[in-house]
Amino acid sequence: MRATVPPNPFDELMNSAQSLSDGNTREQIVSAIFQTSQAICHETVTYTKQEKRYETEKLDRIFTSKLWGFPIMLAMLAVVIYITIAGANIPSSMLAELFGWIEGYLTLAFKAMHAPDWLHGILVLGLYRGTAWVVSVMLPPMAIFFPIFALLENYGYLPRVAFNMDRLFKSSGAHGKQSLTMAMGFGCNAAAIMSTRIIESPRERMLAILTNNFVPCNGRWPTLILLASLFMAAGYTGGWKTLVTAGVVMSMVLFGIIVTLTVSWVLSKTALRGVPTHYTLELPPYRRPKIWDTIVRATLDKSLYVLKRAVTVAAPAAILTWVLGNIHIGDTTILAYMAHALDPFARELGLDGYILLAFILGLPANEIVLPVLLMGYLSTGALTEVDSLYSLKQIFLDHGWTWLTALNMMLFSLLHYPCGTTLVNIYKETKSKKWTFVSFALPTGIAIAVTFLTTQIVQWLGLL
Amino acid sequence: MTEAKLARLCDAKPGERFRIAELHIDGTMKRRLLDLGFVPGCEVTVLQKSPLGDPTAYRVSHTTVALRIEESSNIYGERIGHEQSL
Amino acid sequence: MSNHYEYTIALAGNPNTGKSTLFNLLTGLRQHTGNWPGKTVIHAEGFFAHNNRNYRMIDLPGTYSLYSNSADEEVARDFIIFGKPDVTLVVLDATALERNLNLALQVLEMTHRVIVCVNLMDEAKKKGIRINVNQLSKKLGVPVVPISARNKEGINELLDTIDRMVCGDIETNPIVISYSRSIEEKIAKLVPLVQETIGNEYPARWVALRLLDGDTSLLQALQQEQHRLLKEVPHYACHCSAKSV
Repeated sequence: MRATVPPNPFDELMNSAQSLSDGNTREQIVSAIFQTSQAICHETVTYTKQEKRYETEKLDRIFTSKLWGFPIMLAMLAVVIYITIAGANIPSSMLAELFGWIEGYLTLAFKAMHAPDWLHGILVLGLYRGTAWVVSVMLPPMAIFFPIFALLENYGYLPRVAFNMDRLFKSSGAHGKQSLTMAMGFGCNAAAIMSTRIIESPRERMLAILTNNFVPCNGRWPTLILLASLFMAAGYTGGWKTLVTAGVVMSMVLFGIIVTLTVSWVLSKTALRGVPTHYTLELPPYRRPKIWDTIVRATLDKSLYVLKRAVTVAAPAAILTWVLGNIHIGDTTILAYMAHALDPFARELGLDGYILLAFILGLPANEIVLPVLLMGYLSTGALTEVDSLYSLKQIFLDHGWTWLTALNMMLFSLLHYPCGTTLVNIYKETKSKKWTFVSFALPTGIAIAVTFLTTQIVQWLGLL
Repeated sequence: MTEAKLARLCDAKPGERFRIAELHIDGTMKRRLLDLGFVPGCEVTVLQKSPLGDPTAYRVSHTTVALRIEESSNIYGERIGHEQSL
Repeated sequence: MSNHYEYTIALAGNPNTGKSTLFNLLTGLRQHTGNWPGKTVIHAEGFFAHNNRNYRMIDLPGTYSLYSNSADEEVARDFIIFGKPDVTLVVLDATALERNLNLALQVLEMTHRVIVCVNLMDEAKKKGIRINVNQLSKKLGVPVVPISARNKEGINELLDTIDRMVCGDIETNPIVISYSRSIEEKIAKLVPLVQETIGNEYPARWVALRLLDGDTSLLQALQQEQHRLLKEVPHYACHCSAKSV
């Protein structure tokens, strides 16, 4: 035997392998393997019901047909949004009542212990109320939206969405799988950033990361839904009201998709230039999901997630907001000072200083934007639990809101920078401060531009 | 074998069967196609086009896989007639 | 909850085969997820016990092949080769057996400690697809267990088979794929060289095939592994268990 002295034996081995190999080796290897599996299947598999084998293909002829493909997709989206809106109201208010009831006892307990007012303020009015708001507003829609979504996913519908939409993504220079990461974004943008790993090309993955924020996540659904039902569907009652609300929310979603495609297109012509890489998409057979298992698992997973988020993100933000709203300089709170400073700029966007401040303080979690806003308006110094939707709308109207303010807030919510968790994930995944900054600045710029234009156009047309 | 005699997979119509002869694609994409069953000698059936005209779904090795025209126009083979109606 | 384990099981399979369903079913809430070192690929491991034996299960990324076309495939390949799992469980979709078998055949070239698990038997039955499991097992030369993970059917048989394999009660005799003559000749030339360079630690025929295919990443991985062994750092598995509580 030769002693293993340099040159490196591994290099030698590779060289001798390369001298033997030719361009067709892979093809020959795979062909042999396929022939082997065909031969094995030939001996071990028999087909008895021909007609059953093609069920999936028959369904696909409807779900992805020229005529019905897009209408069915839109209808499904509408139904999911409708059910979420219609179903979340009652459990939300029940949870809110429950938390209010507990709060009464907490306050009693603090009084019994002769705890100082500021401690009660921070812990109960700040921390507890903030967390309770997030849980009661977030949990019910999540507990409805995610199981329905998981059912569609397990049934095998999502790859069909990617199949239908592929052409749109291709012509905007993005990867076809971006529609799948966007679907994740409806739940949570932070999780969706992780899911962009399914896109292997770095350029297209970056596109997917930078634009994911334009699909509204769970933290923004409540804002969209609430404002839509208060201001856009104001003239309707009962089932019609829910329907109109769902319609408005859905237009927001569609607008987000248009922005996604446009931004991807612009980026792939400029900063992220390149042609879309090719890919293959498997359309797995439709399978009836285990309905109960899917619902339980999706609900459990998401509920745990919401609770964790409420504790880790919303709670500290709630404390901060309480502090800002309670420390006075002169006779005004810090919160009010900040809002006044932002007001002139915010007015240009059809918003006001408090709204903009709420978005800024809501950076850690979109969920707390509305509660912070209400707190600012009422300057009670604590997050408010408003007992009825009517009084909620009255608060907004008292602060000079019109439908344009609501529309702008919805647009800003849809388009503005991603939440803190998402930004952290973007940094973790891209390992680049530059791109993390772009993922913050780009949506913010778009949000400002769109709200500004909307305001100017509406005022110019004299619609108000 | 000359290419002139071979048809392109993208020209086969829905319902048509197609036997693959050559893949004029290189690199990862070729390896991916091979893994999925687009192997010379194997048969694929054209299922249908996406609502916007591209990609197209194919039945290959008892599974459904969608390819864009960039790939299917570089897969050469024989069109071997229509599938019996299901 | 401490997670001691004696045996490691790698779970491989195509995407959409119900691999995760099986993983969740077996390991329940005893799961950890993270990243594979240096890769943006999700690493999921879980723990379970059967017949008083403690198992660790690694859910490899779902892949169509193990030819390292992507980071996913590289991770799966490396774990099967360098992680030396006690059993590699290959999950196949009964409704698309032909395509799925390719992966199983590839795994069988890498290791002989393989159990093939044909999932979605319920779906196959609905579609009128009958699979002769005994015949399949005979052809492949390893145990084949039909299951339906969603309906929790066949799980006990699967666990018993795993049990018997780790105890050494099952002899396997994996099928050897015969390639075209030219390839077989090249394999014959390379195998002695491979054995000379890397010893008998790894399946020489498979390594030779990968080298013929121009798989440089494998050679790099082998080289690194060799260094690691020389420095006598414990097994590949160390970075995974470091996370377990």
